[in-house]
Amino acid sequence: MNNKEPHITVHDLTMAYGDFVLMRDLNFTVNRGDVFIVMGGSGCGKSTLMKIMVGLKSPATGKVLYEDTSFWETSPEEQEQLMRNFGILYQSGALWSSMTLEENVALPLEQYTDLSPSQVREVVSLKLSLVGLAGFEEFYPSEISGGMRKRAGLARAMALDPEILFFDEPSAGLDPISARLLDDLILELTASLGATVVVVTHELASIFAIGNNSIFLDVDKRTMTASGDPKKLLAESEDPTVRRFLTRGEEKEQAR
Amino acid sequence: MDGGMAAAAAPGEISFSRPAEDTLLVRLAGDWTIKEELPSVEEVKKQADSRPPVQRLAFDTQDLGRWDSGLITFLIKVFDQFSQSQIDTNREGLPDGVRRLLDLAAAVPEKKDARKEALREPFLVQVGKASMDIARHMGALVTFLGESTIAFGKFFVGKAKFRRSDLWLTIQQCGVDALPIVTLISFLVGLILAFVGAVQLAMFGAQIYIANLVGIAMAREMGALMTGIIMAGRTGAAFAAQIGTMQVNEEVDALITMGVSPMEFLVLPRMFALIVMMPLLCLYADLVGILGGLVVGAGMFDISFTQYMEQTRASLNLTHFGLGVFKSAVFGVLVAVAGCLRGMECGRSASAVGDAATSAVVTSIVLIVVTDGIFAVVTNIIGI
Repeated sequence: MNNKEPHITVHDLTMAYGDFVLMRDLNFTVNRGDVFIVMGGSGCGKSTLMKIMVGLKSPATGKVLYEDTSFWETSPEEQEQLMRNFGILYQSGALWSSMTLEENVALPLEQYTDLSPSQVREVVSLKLSLVGLAGFEEFYPSEISGGMRKRAGLARAMALDPEILFFDEPSAGLDPISARLLDDLILELTASLGATVVVVTHELASIFAIGNNSIFLDVDKRTMTASGDPKKLLAESEDPTVRRFLTRGEEKEQAR
Repeated sequence: MDGGMAAAAAPGEISFSRPAEDTLLVRLAGDWTIKEELPSVEEVKKQADSRPPVQRLAFDTQDLGRWDSGLITFLIKVFDQFSQSQIDTNREGLPDGVRRLLDLAAAVPEKKDARKEALREPFLVQVGKASMDIARHMGALVTFLGESTIAFGKFFVGKAKFRRSDLWLTIQQCGVDALPIVTLISFLVGLILAFVGAVQLAMFGAQIYIANLVGIAMAREMGALMTGIIMAGRTGAAFAAQIGTMQVNEEVDALITMGVSPMEFLVLPRMFALIVMMPLLCLYADLVGILGGLVVGAGMFDISFTQYMEQTRASLNLTHFGLGVFKSAVFGVLVAVAGCLRGMECGRSASAVGDAATSAVVTSIVLIVVTDGIFAVVTNIIGI
């Protein structure tokens, strides 16, 4: 993408659970059309950062700006308006277990559009076939595999053609081939939709395959210690923790 | 690891020698596994304290059989002791695998602030914390009641977002599906009341008044109370577990970020279904209870069917039924609120779902009994 227009700006963000500060002084900008990776070791607060960005948990201090609107300082109506532009794929898929795949994908359409039931059906089967689940409309989430659930979650996240897609550990728990296919799917779909994508992950293969911008959260320093294109970070970063992370710890061995 | 030669298990043994004056050589022999009883660290310590003073510690493991974590924990204890008293320890004599495991265990230093301290707080602090907990819970309860009132408001003007099919399904689960258990319990309660009463009344030849006793008790009290308790255990727990599991699976998060209020989508249909079905179940329970009394009255105490029914009809009026039905509607609200509130408050683990279900049942039953007590006092005062 050539146009470097800021889409999401995180400003001086601190996140905490009660008195325990998880991360402080987070500052970064996600440009329109970016595939932005939030990476870091387990338990560093990647998922919490995503929760703050999508409006599920309020930050201790700081701002999350969508273009010029500060999410946590605006009215509830405006927040709801912003949230309608989000598509979110949760770690577990988070499909509503009492509904079929068709009903899962149809719910956002029924809530926010005036489409007739037959039009909704058409859109739903389009979305399901985009993720390779055509024919599974009548299945319940418990009747399909983990990988299929993730893809169905992706179909639901894209139901309203959102401007911003959030993915929480998209390839966690998938075999390498399914993970790769999901990565490809994410790239293909977001490129054709022109969406901005934020991916929370620690899967190196995914990070290098899909990311064009990123931040690294350091669990010990409790703040972000690097930002930029992950491939560039691998080539240029001087921070030993970032290097260890991006090389799967191999550099640590060499240093010994 | 153990070939034909070492097949016979030899228990772990320890012996000591002094190859040099300041060196203690520890000889480990036999099998050192956690399943066997192993020599204690004290023996090594005793040897080390003996004269002449020991400066170095070495190991000989030529006769060591099988070993596992039992040996490693023993050695860690030994090294801990000796590092305190500044004695050199030489690990050369230990098998390779043992040395690697020891290195691995020491690779990441213990995180000092990570271990949870079991500190005993002063009594006043505990009381303070408990009070603040109660205040927080009350706050959560009031917020929940406020939000559900708003959701009901939206429902009555037709603006609430929920699926009609969910509502019908929940009505079925709270209504028809509960009939067998309500039938069984109410019938037995009617039967028991009749038995207990009949024995006493028979002493005065007043068996016919079994009908009054059973009729009034079922209509005013037991019908509502028993359905309330059945529904607390059956449906309240189910609500808490369903909504709690949805919290664990991030399904509730998915609703919120989709702009759908979980209060309208999950809580409203459940509360509405239970509040509508409880009075109906209560009426049904009243009827079945009276039938239970009839079986005892007609079957064992020579009262005819018509006589019993006529006596029941004469003893009951609409106020009795109205009071019972009104109470059951209130119990319905209590069970639904406790179930849904606990579900929404549920933490993010499997055990939290269990806790939510348990807590929903306990809360509902306590609330039902307390409320019923208040009803008894109030109806007595106003004379109905």
